Amino acid sequence: MKALIVVPAFNEVAVIHSVLKSLPKKLPGISELRIVVVNDGSTDSTQEEAQRAGVEVLTHSINRGLGAAIKTGLEVAKRGTYDLMVTFDGDGQHDPADVAKIVDPIIKKKADLVIGARFKRLQNIPIDRLILNWFANLATLMIFGVTSTDSQSGLRAFSKKAIELIDFKGERMDFSSEILLEAKKHNLVVVEVPIKAIYTPYSRAKGQKNLNSLAVFLRFLVRIFR
Amino acid sequence: MLTTIQIALLIFILFAISRVYLRAKEQIFSTKTAIFWYVIWLAGLVGVLLPKTTTKLAGFFGVGRGVDVIVYIALALLFYLVFRIYVMIEDLRHEITYLVRKIALTNSSIKKRKAIKKSS
Repeated sequence: MKALIVVPAFNEVAVIHSVLKSLPKKLPGISELRIVVVNDGSTDSTQEEAQRAGVEVLTHSINRGLGAAIKTGLEVAKRGTYDLMVTFDGDGQHDPADVAKIVDPIIKKKADLVIGARFKRLQNIPIDRLILNWFANLATLMIFGVTSTDSQSGLRAFSKKAIELIDFKGERMDFSSEILLEAKKHNLVVVEVPIKAIYTPYSRAKGQKNLNSLAVFLRFLVRIFR
Repeated sequence: MLTTIQIALLIFILFAISRVYLRAKEQIFSTKTAIFWYVIWLAGLVGVLLPKTTTKLAGFFGVGRGVDVIVYIALALLFYLVFRIYVMIEDLRHEITYLVRKIALTNSSIKKRKAIKKSS
């Protein structure tokens, strides 16, 4: 099986090199593994640091958002006819050991889309993140009719079928819920796997601002009602 | 005898109609859009020159005064137009992202390195 790990990154010069170096070079059940960084219009030396880690970099000339970066990765997966694609945040929020956990259901053909769920296990999660994600999960349920314990998770694995069928329009944080809607639309099997959440002062400063959520939600409503 | 406000509004509406005519002539927007704006400004012209029509309209909608019904209709129209502009901006965003993605896929770091190796 051919697998692609897509690492979206925006101004992650401080951590991108160590994040990329920590990623697995081999995965059980995978014969060919490629890592691609989608540098989403970074204004620092993210691109150079990623290249220093020996990883291929695709650069958006201007910042388009996390959803847009993931979609670029999806395009790479489609063109390269990959059997499996993983999205892995470039800010050090994910544990590289969880990559093997989330690809396992896909390799065993038990799922088309695997979401690494941060809230499926007891761990130290900042209260504002818990609240924000609770609302995001509620919105995902009310608008899409899709239940999820972590609709906004950045650690996901896609099967070949999911790579070919999932097509979302959201370019900022709104795309996360849309992926679940696409999975429901195409009757894809979605599985959640508990993962570790790593919250550092760096990742908290870089992460989604709480007030942005309103803008994301409004943009999403416009797309539905247009 | 026209009042000062009627004269001022008349001048403004005639100016607005002239802009619609010029932009339509330059094909900045479609005939359909031009007709839409002509209808809006002509309705405004009727309202300004024959204020009693707005009173009749207000009566039809069960609203007290002519000017009130004009304000309600104008507000609804404005909200709709703002929504349409927002949708247009979103479409433009998607088009920009499409182009940015296309450029990124064409110029990956590996392709650039291979091109440099080939040329040296």
